[in-house]
Amino acid sequence: MNTPQANAAATRMTYREACKQALREALLSDSRVFLMGEDIGRYGGCYAVTKGLLEEFGEERIRDTPLSESAFVGAGVGAAMAGMRPIVEIMTVNFSLLALDQILNNAVTIPHMSGGQFAIPLVIRMATGGGRRVGAQHSRSLEGWYAHIPGLRVLTPATVEDARFMLKGALADPNPVIIFEHVMLYNMEGDLPSDMEKVDIAHAKLRRAGRDVSLITYGGSLFKALEAADALAAEGIDAEVIDLRVLRPLDTKTILDSVAKTRRCVIIDEGWRSGSISAEIGMRIAEEAFFELDAPLRRVCSREAPIPYAAHLEDACLPQVATIVAVARELVRPS
Amino acid sequence: MTKKVHLDHVHLLHLLKAMIRIRHFEAKCVELYQAQKILGFLHLYDGEEAVSVGVMEALTQDDAVIATYREHGQALARGVDPKCLMAEMMGKLNGCCRGRGGSMHFFDRARRFYGGNAIVGGGLPLALGVALADKMQRRSTVTACFFGEGAVDEGEFHETLNLAKLWRLPILFVCENNLYSMGMAVERAEADIDFVHKASGYRVAGEKVDGMDVVAVESAARNAIDRIRSENDPYFLECRTYRFRAHSMFDAQLYRSKDEVEAWRKKGPIVRFQTWLEANRLIKPEELAAIEEEVDKEIAAAVAFAEAGGLEPVSEVERFVTMEAVPS
Ligand SMILES: Cc1ncc(C[n+]2csc(CCOP(=O)(O)OP(=O)(O)O)c2C)c(N)n1
Ligand SMILES: [Mg+2]
Repeated sequence: MNTPQANAAATRMTYREACKQALREALLSDSRVFLMGEDIGRYGGCYAVTKGLLEEFGEERIRDTPLSESAFVGAGVGAAMAGMRPIVEIMTVNFSLLALDQILNNAVTIPHMSGGQFAIPLVIRMATGGGRRVGAQHSRSLEGWYAHIPGLRVLTPATVEDARFMLKGALADPNPVIIFEHVMLYNMEGDLPSDMEKVDIAHAKLRRAGRDVSLITYGGSLFKALEAADALAAEGIDAEVIDLRVLRPLDTKTILDSVAKTRRCVIIDEGWRSGSISAEIGMRIAEEAFFELDAPLRRVCSREAPIPYAAHLEDACLPQVATIVAVARELVRPS
Repeated sequence: MTKKVHLDHVHLLHLLKAMIRIRHFEAKCVELYQAQKILGFLHLYDGEEAVSVGVMEALTQDDAVIATYREHGQALARGVDPKCLMAEMMGKLNGCCRGRGGSMHFFDRARRFYGGNAIVGGGLPLALGVALADKMQRRSTVTACFFGEGAVDEGEFHETLNLAKLWRLPILFVCENNLYSMGMAVERAEADIDFVHKASGYRVAGEKVDGMDVVAVESAARNAIDRIRSENDPYFLECRTYRFRAHSMFDAQLYRSKDEVEAWRKKGPIVRFQTWLEANRLIKPEELAAIEEEVDKEIAAAVAFAEAGGLEPVSEVERFVTMEAVPS
């Protein structure tokens, strides 16, 4: 984490509050910005992110939609083409599958296919990830899938500062941007430096420096990786933690720099292993830093099954701190 | 309360010419396809010309259009330059989309032509967004959204009609009902083949119109647009029409008889309108000849323009995957 300087004032807030402040700022600073999504208005947002915005900004700009993911995401695309700056909320990534056609066939295709006549400055926010005991259809991590798609920017804020400021960058981007908010992060608290006004949306970030092994991760797994790094430190292993922040376009340089330093790498990804963003990262390291490595590349991913409801099964399926520690230890001190 | 279309001589000839332009343009496309200068899919609008021509007459330049993959006619009737369209068909850099879109993906920002869309039903949600953006920006425009009757089977149709009515968006839904979606006859696909009735399920008002009668389509579209503006509501127009040729160039047409096609051809929009004009002495043979000559000249110029066009350098293929800025 970016530790604020001792004397710089900081505000403590939840990730949820940071998301809300970001939306509020966007609505205040640009009259073209409006919000659309299911239950974002009267209900206050299924994760309470948009609570209070309807009262402040009114129904024209905080638009409750019916259960029509394809139609309101497509409406976001059309509105972006016709001069607005829509922010669309899809309750969770699981339901974004009903809007996939609009995202893939329209939003990311039209700028290119029209020969650059139209840009789609659209922001889509959605919750992602497991851990809440809500079963397979509410627990998926598909951000890696979206990162496969040229034309999209895929952001995975894992800290309060990123939750607070990534939206601003996303709105300034003339291209469609998806922001994935991990469900386990909404209640997390963090310090936001009061003098902070923006973050970049292009680079990965070193969250903890170390010499022995790089833990490369993003989103809801960041804090697991940081916890694992603490545990490893107690064993005398100095782990570095890289927060990818942006899954597309990938900041390969930061990854390679870290691996060149530590010579060992574990990628932690809540997505399934096969065909995942972790596979992409591993391959880029293999392509570009193979001879820097002192040990094989390793991954901690979700088990290849739909995420079950039962707590012990769900826990077994998702990346856990103990697994990260064990895999990293084995790399540094093979048994 | 049918709105009278202003049937002066100039306008009548203009309608005929617009339909003939589409017909001849596409005939040339077929030739170029056979010569392998146009590749891939080619969905001809042959037989359906009156629909686009009639509807576009009712739009102003400020209005917006969402098209389908069968959009040669929609684009030409909208006034998109045939030169750029022909070059696009031939994959040339001077095409309207630099040759990247092809037959199914014409876009023209200047004419608010928001694209041909090759996903059946995929354009309907876009219409919501364009109409919403216009409304929020206090522009009093209408968005005309074209789709085939096959799109009515898709969820997007239902989601879109509901939202259009709920949010009272100024959208003219133009259902081009040519009785088939590829080989699927409408009565084999729909539990209820009354499309106006379906629209009314979302409380979107609408009517059926003879899509082979250009004057009837124009008149219905003008009424519809007046109504959209005055009632602040969407409207649904089912245009009954027929496609004379194969669905695309790969279709053996096993699903319909030659007799059926022939019977419809006799009721074709051009032959019908032209015969009516002749019978009422509203067109002289030399006027007809002049129209055909002018159109053919335009098309020859379009082909020459396309032939002369260069190819986009391969090194640019990633350009516009992400945009540097929002074009103004
Ligand atoms: C979502 C989707 N499903 C299937 C297809 C393949 N397809 C292309 S055109 C077509 C028929 C569409 O019929 P209709 O909407 O009536 O338009 P028409 O071709 O008759 O103008 C089909 C099934 C497609 N392009 N998109
Ligand atoms: Mg059809």
